[in-house]
Amino acid sequence: MSVSSLFLIVLGLGFIAFVVGQQRAAGYEGDTRLKSLPHHYGFLTAIWSSIPALILLLAWLSFEPVYLQKQIEQSLPVEALNQSEEVLELYMNNIHLAIQNNQAGDDEVVNNAVLHYQRSELHSRSLITALVFVLGLSGIIAGLSRLLFRLHARVSIEKVIKAFLMLCSGVAIVTTVGIVFSVLFEAIRFFEAVSVFDFIFGSSWSPQTSIRVDQVGSSGSFGAVPLFLGTMLISAIALIIAVPVGLMTAIYLSEYASARFRASAKPALEILAGIPTVVYGFFAALTVAPFIREVGESVGLSVASESALAAGIVMGVMIIPFVSSLSDDVISAVPQAMRDGSLGLGATRSETIKQVVIPAALPGIVGGVLLAASRAIGETMIVVMAAGLAANLTVNPLEAVTTVTVQIVTLLTGDQEFDSPKTLAAFALGLMLFISTLVLNVIALHIVRKYREHYE
Amino acid sequence: MQQGLTSEAGSVAGLNNFEATIGENLIDDAKISVRHADVFYGEKQAIFDTSLDIGRNQVIALIGPSGCGKSTFLRTLNRMNDTIADCRVSGSLTLDGEDIYDKKMDPVLLRARVGMVFQKPNPFPKSIYDNVAYGPRIHGLARSNAELDEIVITSLEKAGLFEEVKDRLTAPGTSLSGGQQQRLCIARTIAVSPEVILMDEPASALDPIATAIIEELIDELRENFTIAIVTHSMQQAARVSQRTAYFHLGHLVEVGETSRIFTNPRHQMTENYITGKFG
Ligand SMILES: Nc1ncnc2c1ncn2[C@@H]1O[C@H](COP(=O)(O)OP(=O)(O)O)[C@@H](O)[C@H]1O
Ligand SMILES: [Mg+2]
Repeated sequence: MSVSSLFLIVLGLGFIAFVVGQQRAAGYEGDTRLKSLPHHYGFLTAIWSSIPALILLLAWLSFEPVYLQKQIEQSLPVEALNQSEEVLELYMNNIHLAIQNNQAGDDEVVNNAVLHYQRSELHSRSLITALVFVLGLSGIIAGLSRLLFRLHARVSIEKVIKAFLMLCSGVAIVTTVGIVFSVLFEAIRFFEAVSVFDFIFGSSWSPQTSIRVDQVGSSGSFGAVPLFLGTMLISAIALIIAVPVGLMTAIYLSEYASARFRASAKPALEILAGIPTVVYGFFAALTVAPFIREVGESVGLSVASESALAAGIVMGVMIIPFVSSLSDDVISAVPQAMRDGSLGLGATRSETIKQVVIPAALPGIVGGVLLAASRAIGETMIVVMAAGLAANLTVNPLEAVTTVTVQIVTLLTGDQEFDSPKTLAAFALGLMLFISTLVLNVIALHIVRKYREHYE
Repeated sequence: MQQGLTSEAGSVAGLNNFEATIGENLIDDAKISVRHADVFYGEKQAIFDTSLDIGRNQVIALIGPSGCGKSTFLRTLNRMNDTIADCRVSGSLTLDGEDIYDKKMDPVLLRARVGMVFQKPNPFPKSIYDNVAYGPRIHGLARSNAELDEIVITSLEKAGLFEEVKDRLTAPGTSLSGGQQQRLCIARTIAVSPEVILMDEPASALDPIATAIIEELIDELRENFTIAIVTHSMQQAARVSQRTAYFHLGHLVEVGETSRIFTNPRHQMTENYITGKFG
C-alpha cells in the first residue's frame, strides 16, 4: 500500500475513534458526572488511535530506504561487491534505474537485485500496513474500554496540545540551529585556508583563485571590509530616505488624515513592500541610475553608471512601508489621554506630536526602523542590478559598490567546486552577516526595553 | 392596569420637566459666563440650552448621573471639544468677557489660561521634572534654567508633591503612585499659571487617602485659581465646592450654594440624585 493511503488509513481510523469516543461519552450513564465534555473523549480516543500509528509510520518512512538498500546489497554476488567503489556506485545506479523503470534488462545480476528489492518492499509494506491497523484499532478498543471514563479527557488533551505546540516551536529552533551550524562548519573550513584576521580586516576583495595548482599570482584575496562597507553605505542611504519619509507618513496618517483616507492610503502604501525586488532593480538600473548620472554630470561630478546612491534610493522607497506601517500602528496606540494632557496645557498639535506622542511611541518606531534596516541589509537584487559587483573600498555614494549578499550570490552561482576557498568564502560572509544582524537586533531589543521601562 | 401605566408615564414626564434651571445659576462678577449653550455630537445633542456662571476664586462642582454631559460641558470651557471632529457648540461662552468661541480666540492660548486635569492621571512619558516643565517650555515662560527650576519647584510645592519627589525629579513620572501622578498632573497644569482649572473626576481613580489629599489641595488652590470640578461623589462635592450644579440628560437642572443644594434641594430630581434614588 502506498504511503499516502497509509496516512489516509490513520486519519480514517482516527475519525472513527473520535465518533466512537464521543458517542460513548454522550451515552454515558454512571453514578458520577463525567469530568469532560463528550467531544473531549472523542478527541482523546482519536489521539490514542492515531498518534502511535503516526509515530510508527514516520519511523518506518525514515528506516525503509536503509533497509531496502541493505536487501539489495545482500542479493548481489560477492564478485560484484568486491569491485572498486566507483564501479559499485555505477552498478547501484543501474539497479535503482531499473527499479524505477520497472524493466528487466540483460544483466542477470541486476534483474535479480530488482526482484529481490521488490519482494522486500512488498514484505515491508504489508508489515507496516498490518501494524498501522493494529495500532489504530487498539486505540479504538482502548476507547471502548472502561479506562476512558477514568481519565480527565480535557486535561489529557491539553497536555497533548501543549506537546504539539512545543514540537512546532522546536522545529523552528532546530532549523535555526541547523542553519547556523552548517554555515559555521563551512566557514571554519574557509578559515583553514584564509586567516580570520585577513578576512575581517582585509581591505581588498577579489575572490579569483587559481584554476591550476601551479598557476601563480592569482591566489585571491578575501578582505571583507569593502563588502561590509558597501552594505552599510547602501543601507544607510536607504534608511536616510525611508526613516524620515516613513515616519512623516505615519504621523500624517495617524494624527491628521481622516479615517477614510487612512483606510485606503495605508494598504496602498503597503503595496510598495509587495513589489518584487527585481522590478525595483530594473527601475533603479534603468531610470534612477541614469538620472543620477545625468544630474551628477551636469554639475561636473563623475558618476559611475552603477552607483550606491541609485540602489540606496530605490531600496529606501521599498522599505518605507516597514517604517510607516509599524510606526502608524504604534502612534495610533498612544492613548488619547496623552494628547489631551498636552493639548490641555496649551500645546499645539505638532508640539504634542513631537514631544509627547513620538517619545511614547518610540520603542515601536525603533522596532519598525530595525525591521526596515534588516530588510535593507539583506536585499540583494536591487544591488546587483543598480550598484554593480565591483568591490570598491569607498564611501562615495556615486561609485559602484557591492554588498555582502550580492557577493554570496555571485560566489555560489555557476559551476563551482565546493571545496575551493572561493566558494567557502560565501559561508564565511554569511556567518559574518548573521553575527552582525544578530548584534544589531540585540542592541535594538536593549534600546526598546530601556525605553519601555521608562515610559510605561 | 392601563390606567396605572398612563399615570406613571405622566409623573415621569413631570419629572423630566426641564423648562428652566432652578436656583442661582447667574451671579455677579463671574469668571466664566455661559449663556444658552447647546452642544452637539453630530446629530446628537448632548447639552441643552445651558446658562451658568462660574465664580472667581470659587470651586464649582458639577454633579449628575453618568452620561448627563458633565464632561462635555467642562470641555466646552477650554475648547477641548475642538479635537472631536463632529462636535459643535453654539451659544455664548465668555472668559472675563472675551468670547471663547470667537474666531480671534486662539484655542492654544485659551488652554494655557483654562487648564485641565483629567479623570485618569496621564503623566507624559518623561521625567517628573520634564512633566512640570513641559508647559512653561512650550509657552516660553522661563528665560533661564534657574527660572524654570523655580517654576517647577513652586508648582510641585503648590500641588503638595515636592517633599515626596524632591530627591528623584529625574525619575519617570509614571513611576509615581496613582495619587502622586494626579498631583503631578495638577502641578503640570499650575506651572503654566492658568486662571481657571477644570478637573474631570480628578480623584475617581484614586484610593481614599490619595483622594483626601487631592481634596485638601483643591481647597488650597481656590485662593489663586477658579476651579470647576466634575465629581461622582456627593461627599466630595460637599467638601470642596462653594457652588454645585446638577445636570441631568444634558440639562442643567439646579444650581446653588453647595450647602443649600445638599440640605434643601428644590428640584425633585436633584433631591432624588443626592439621596441616591438614581444615578
Ligand atoms: N466624542 C463623543 N462623540 C459622540 N457622543 C459623545 C462623545 N462624548 C460624549 N458623548 C455623548 O454625550 C453625552 C454626554 O457625555 P459626557 O459628557 O461624557 O457625560 P458625563 O461626563 O456626564 O458622564 C453622552 O450621551 C455621550 O454618549
Ligand atoms: Mg465624564
